[in-house]
Formats: sequence, structure tokens, C-alpha cells
Amino acid sequence: MQFESLSDFFHMGGYAFYVWLSFGSCAFILLGLVWASLNDAKRIKREVDAQMKREARIKQAQEEAKA
Amino acid sequence: MWKWLHPYAKAERAYQLCNTLLPYFVTVTAVCIAVGWIWGLAFAPADYQQKDSYRIIFIHVPSAILSMGAYSSMAIAAIVALVWQIRNAELAVIAIAPVGAAMTAIALITGAAWGKPMWGAWWVWDARLTSELILLFLYFGVLSLYHAFEDKKSGGRAACILAIVGVINLPIIHFSVEWWNTLHQGSTITKFDTSAIDPSMLWPLLINILGFAAFVGALSLVRLKNEILQVEKHRPWVRQLVSRG
Repeated sequence: MQFESLSDFFHMGGYAFYVWLSFGSCAFILLGLVWASLNDAKRIKREVDAQMKREARIKQAQEEAKA
Repeated sequence: MWKWLHPYAKAERAYQLCNTLLPYFVTVTAVCIAVGWIWGLAFAPADYQQKDSYRIIFIHVPSAILSMGAYSSMAIAAIVALVWQIRNAELAVIAIAPVGAAMTAIALITGAAWGKPMWGAWWVWDARLTSELILLFLYFGVLSLYHAFEDKKSGGRAACILAIVGVINLPIIHFSVEWWNTLHQGSTITKFDTSAIDPSMLWPLLINILGFAAFVGALSLVRLKNEILQVEKHRPWVRQLVSRG
């Protein structure tokens, strides 16, 4: 460990703003993209599911109309 | 010779391959980024000149390398898509582009946050910085070109051509620090023989590069899966997949 204490660590030898700005924005961008990508996956699956249900409903209505 | 590769042109096989590979990439990402960040932030010694501000190197260099690495992979996928008419490769181009753009953005932001305390300026129109900014615009161009067409076939072809043409920017970025008088310093770790960086800093840097590379791989796989599902959403195998939950 290069730092004496935790507050020393956060202080980063006076460069706290620049170092934490870099690591913070990096984490933000990476996590944001992960979140967006996983969200896309869920949305696509939800859309496919909705389409399947819709087709099932149409099929059922057609059968009821015939009967 | 390449026959074993043929089944992966099928969307379903490619999707399964993504699923098989994904856990490995995620594991390497998690381990390397955790170790690399903690090592780089807390355990690597401070630089004798730049003190603790140099710790930005542990994300700046990996993201910059990967911004170009991702572009190379995207361009290779674009060539495969155009020459052999493989649609999965075209989807890979679109899957990689946002990840590469994120890497480029991180390289630019961390570079600005490093430039301010060391050079006294957030931004200078230096050859290295400008060519990296053009790389970001190329990623945006590839993405917007793909989405600008109603017909995804034409959009895909246009995006692939732009991705290939944009490769010209990669050597410009790489050699910019040698060809022009730049404020940006020359490369530190490509010359292993002269070793411009001490091992106590080199190791966490290499681990971070590996972590970022695995991240690009993992997220590209996730996004490629999404793209495959999107274009195949009327196919029975996707419906089976969704109803299985």
C-alpha cells in the first residue's frame, strides 16, 4: 500500500480531482454501456414474447369465430 | 481447411458460440479489472515526476490501445461481411462499434484529465489527440450510417465500407507521435527491450490492458447476441429460446 491512510488515498497527493474524474468517468461509461446492452437483450426478448402472445390471441379469436 | 468454420455462419450456431465464450470473457474482465485498478490505484509506486496523477495511465493506455484494437476487429469483421457475404460478420461490426466508441471516449476523457495537471490544458490540437478524436467520429459514422438506411442490407454494406476505409486512421494514430512534433509523449511499453516503464508499474498496466480487452470481448459478445436476436426474431429457434425463458 502506497498510502498512509484512507483519506490520504482519496487525496491522491493533491491530484484527487483528476484521478477520480478519470476513474469515475471510465466506470460510468463502462457500466452504462453494460446496463444498456443487458437492457436491450431484455427488451428484444420481451418484444418476441409479446408477438408470440399476440399471434396466439389472433389464432384463438379466429377459432372462436369459426365455432 | 476452413470447413469447420462454415456452421458459424448460421445465426443460431453463432449465438450459441457467444453463450459458450461469454463466461470466460466475463471472468477475465472481472478479475483483471478488479486486480488492475486496486493495484494501480493503491499499490503501484507514485511516479517520481508526475506523483499520483500518473495513475490515470492504468485506464488511459488500455482504453487507447483497445480503441484501436476494437477498430481493427471491426474492420476485419467488415471485410469478412463484404467479401464472403456473412451476415453475422456484419452484425459483429455493429456490435463492436459502440464498445469501441466507449473505449475512444474514455481514452479522450482520461487524456484530458491527465493533460490538465501535466500540460496545463484539457485539450490541444495535437496530432495524436486529433487523430483519436477522428477515430471517435469514425465509430459514430459507422453506427449512424447503419441506422440511416431503412433497408438494413444497404445500411450494413455502407457501414462496412466506412469501417474499412477508416482503417487508414489507425497507422496515423499510432505513428502520430513519431511523424509530428506532438505534445503527447511517445509509446512507453511497445519497446520491451528498452523498458521505458518499471516492472512495478508495468505489471498492473498489462493486467489492466488484458482486463479492458476482455471487457471489449465480453460486451461485444453480449451486443452481438442482441443483434442476432433482433434480425432473427421471427425464426422458430428465437421463439423457442424466449419461451424457455
